[in-house]
Amino acid sequence: MSFFNNAKTVLQQNIREYGMYIALFVIMAIFTITTGGTFISSRNIVNLVNQTGYIAVLAVGMTLVIIIRHIDLSVGFLGGFLGAVAAIAMVQWHFPVYAAIPLTLALGILAGLITAFLVAQMKIPAFVATLAGWLIYRGAILVVTESTGTIVIPDETFNAIGNGFIPDIPGLEAFLPGVHKLTLIIGIIAIILFVISEINSRKKKEAYNFEVLPNDMFIIKLIFMASLVGGITWLLAGYQGLSWTAVVVLVVVIIYHFITTQTVLGRHIYAVGGNPEAAELSGINVKKITYIVFGSMGMLSALSGILFASRLQSATTTAGSLWELDAIAAAFIGGVSPAGGIGKVAGSIIGALVMLSLTSGMNLMGIGISYQYIARGAVLAAAVIFDVTTRNRGK
Amino acid sequence: MNAPLLEMKNITKEFPGVKALDNVSFQVAQGEIHCLVGENGAGKSTLMKVLSGVYPHGSYSGDVLFGGEVQRFNGISDSEKVGIAIIYQELAQFPELTVYENIFLGHEIKTGFLMDWNETIKRATEILKKVKLDVNPALKIKDLGVGKRQLVEIAKALSKDVKLLILDEPTAALNEVDSENLLNLLRDLKHHGVTCILISHKLKEVIQIADTVTVLRDGQTICTLSAQQGQVSEQILIKNMVGREIDNIYPRRERGQTGEVVLEVRNWNAYDPNAGRAVLKDVNFNLRKGEIIGFSGLIGSGRTELALSIFGNPDGYHLNGELYVKGEQKRFGHPRDAIDAGVAYATEDRKGDGLILIQDVKQNITLANLREIAEQGVVDNNAEVKVANEYKTSLNIKTPTVEQKVSNLSGGNQQKVCLGKWLFVKPEVLILDEPTRGIDVGAKYEIYTIMTRLVEQGMSIIMISSELPEVLGMSDRVYVVASGKIAGELPIAEATQEKIMHLATN
Repeated sequence: MSFFNNAKTVLQQNIREYGMYIALFVIMAIFTITTGGTFISSRNIVNLVNQTGYIAVLAVGMTLVIIIRHIDLSVGFLGGFLGAVAAIAMVQWHFPVYAAIPLTLALGILAGLITAFLVAQMKIPAFVATLAGWLIYRGAILVVTESTGTIVIPDETFNAIGNGFIPDIPGLEAFLPGVHKLTLIIGIIAIILFVISEINSRKKKEAYNFEVLPNDMFIIKLIFMASLVGGITWLLAGYQGLSWTAVVVLVVVIIYHFITTQTVLGRHIYAVGGNPEAAELSGINVKKITYIVFGSMGMLSALSGILFASRLQSATTTAGSLWELDAIAAAFIGGVSPAGGIGKVAGSIIGALVMLSLTSGMNLMGIGISYQYIARGAVLAAAVIFDVTTRNRGK
Repeated sequence: MNAPLLEMKNITKEFPGVKALDNVSFQVAQGEIHCLVGENGAGKSTLMKVLSGVYPHGSYSGDVLFGGEVQRFNGISDSEKVGIAIIYQELAQFPELTVYENIFLGHEIKTGFLMDWNETIKRATEILKKVKLDVNPALKIKDLGVGKRQLVEIAKALSKDVKLLILDEPTAALNEVDSENLLNLLRDLKHHGVTCILISHKLKEVIQIADTVTVLRDGQTICTLSAQQGQVSEQILIKNMVGREIDNIYPRRERGQTGEVVLEVRNWNAYDPNAGRAVLKDVNFNLRKGEIIGFSGLIGSGRTELALSIFGNPDGYHLNGELYVKGEQKRFGHPRDAIDAGVAYATEDRKGDGLILIQDVKQNITLANLREIAEQGVVDNNAEVKVANEYKTSLNIKTPTVEQKVSNLSGGNQQKVCLGKWLFVKPEVLILDEPTRGIDVGAKYEIYTIMTRLVEQGMSIIMISSELPEVLGMSDRVYVVASGKIAGELPIAEATQEKIMHLATN
């Protein structure tokens, strides 16, 4: 009986944290059934990840922006515009791809800093400042694509970011044919690292006599997470392996997860969001944090634009529309608090996966776009209602 | 004498852990100006909130009789209906609306569903004449000075056919001339049959205008004095306001010892561009090693502004003057600079700008000095827990673990977390703004003990406090602040509650 009691208390105490994982799981399970297994096929999952990529990186940046109590509406068209700039740099200015990408990222940072200047220095509400940006970048896309229309990108290296896969280890073709070995190895290493770090942190907590999960629950959590990562790895390895988009997203998530959870900068960001006045009086330069967060948002917008342009192998006039809303929705579904100070990068990624799973699943089921919007809206509302009602429970 | 217009009988109002009003009785006769005086926290505002219905019937015990009838107010609108109007120190006005819109806000003059603007303006003009305010009623409130805004607020009350007008510290933000005008107006209204309750800290004013004075202290009615019978004088008022023995909750310490000067401020002026007024005028003071100086004064006298102007000036005042820390001239551009120079400031508003309530105890304690527990920008979580636990033990913070959210802690323990945060930056000068506000006696004693330990270890403390017993019980020297100026400096041997009150109210 104690097993079920443990399970109950753990679930009750962490319902918010685990809620979105469970939601993602349920959504995926439903679509797997309704599509007769197509949804969970390797091919579809790989596509899903590749399509989520550009929204996922935006959601990561948006998480920080919302944590410090702001919003950025301009990220979608900024991303679309900078994707076009990257295309123009390569096609018209003949920049090599290794120069075009850094240039684009740098322009993204610059755009973010301009937003930060308006918000932090001029004290313009972020909603208004970035709405202006939304319009400006929308116009800017049209300006740069006006003469040419869609700009086709011929560069194979660039296009591989959105469409290519990491190479497999050569010389192992005989072993496990049809399975991507390097992906498998990366997945196994990830699981091992995860298990080791969980056990280590548990040991440290025990050394300090902190409350830890009961043993059985801890093991279940490890098994659950390991099989989740393992399952996804197996699915990916069964197709063409890890895509470059997935690698980019993973790197971004790992870096941002590390910054937000382990560094002084991360602490300062949460402090500014939790109580800007108290943060200022504690010696934290709130303006500086605002610049950093919007600067990073701008850079990620650029990255998002690169991912998108690369996936389409071209820069289009419509790139960027509604990205910002998907990113904001992903962040809220992932448990970021609109009041500021609360939210996790990993949560927002799950939120992005939820949104994209919905789209992908409904596409496979042949549901029309009109009902897709309604369903996504309902899920967003439900997620936030869940978040608000569970916030004051537990500890 | 007729039956009193207002009678409050045996009012008791409790908050968790505090008895704000203890069996208070209070009577106001028809047509008089009745002043209510007492120290900060004596219960004046609470009593007025009971009267106006902010604290609804049932949340207190005792009876409120108005015009001879027992009243059960459930909100301000109920008390307004019978003719009670209250004007708070912080005016509840709409700066972007016009004078006439403000006057009739909430009881608009309508024909059918539509506003009757012509009638509104006509009536507003008449009422403005009554309060002797000669302004165009179409002006926006934000274009008027504080004194005139006050008059508009009174006009609003008159427009509602007020029988009892309550003014909470109406002259606190006014200059001499505006204050004088206001008092004259009150006298004039009295002749027109309006009864008035005036809450004021300015005793001169009280003596000038009051027919009757009621003194509150520690939530109890101390006495009711009649001016006609010559009972109202400054001495009598002060004696009744403070008449409390200093309890023995202050730890013993050799006081008045002097070390070298660690912080000094000379000819310090501050102008607040947001409020559009000077908040500090020619302030001079110094702080020596190992001493506690008390900053006493009324609320709004400029003590917090002084602390902030020294501590990196986060509100962006225009500063003028000299600041020396350990003999070196400094000007801090950000709280960070002040912290780096060894100056810490624990704010008066713990929840508002002191703590991050949604974060846990350890995160709050380390917030101002994360560098100490970080290597190359990466926080050592174990070191953080260790530090937090050290302060949990040494400050006796009552929390199950340091991973508890601060919002779940009691006021006293939150204050200790604040203290912990500032002690962790290892300051030489610690500014404590109302360090014991809103916490119980036990926790107060602990805070005093900690402060004593700190100065014995060589720290210097500036204590801003509105509680006179605390100032007298803890300080080596007392500076009295009034209207942004240092009104006087008293060595502890010479300081008495009466002297401080006298300086603060003049």
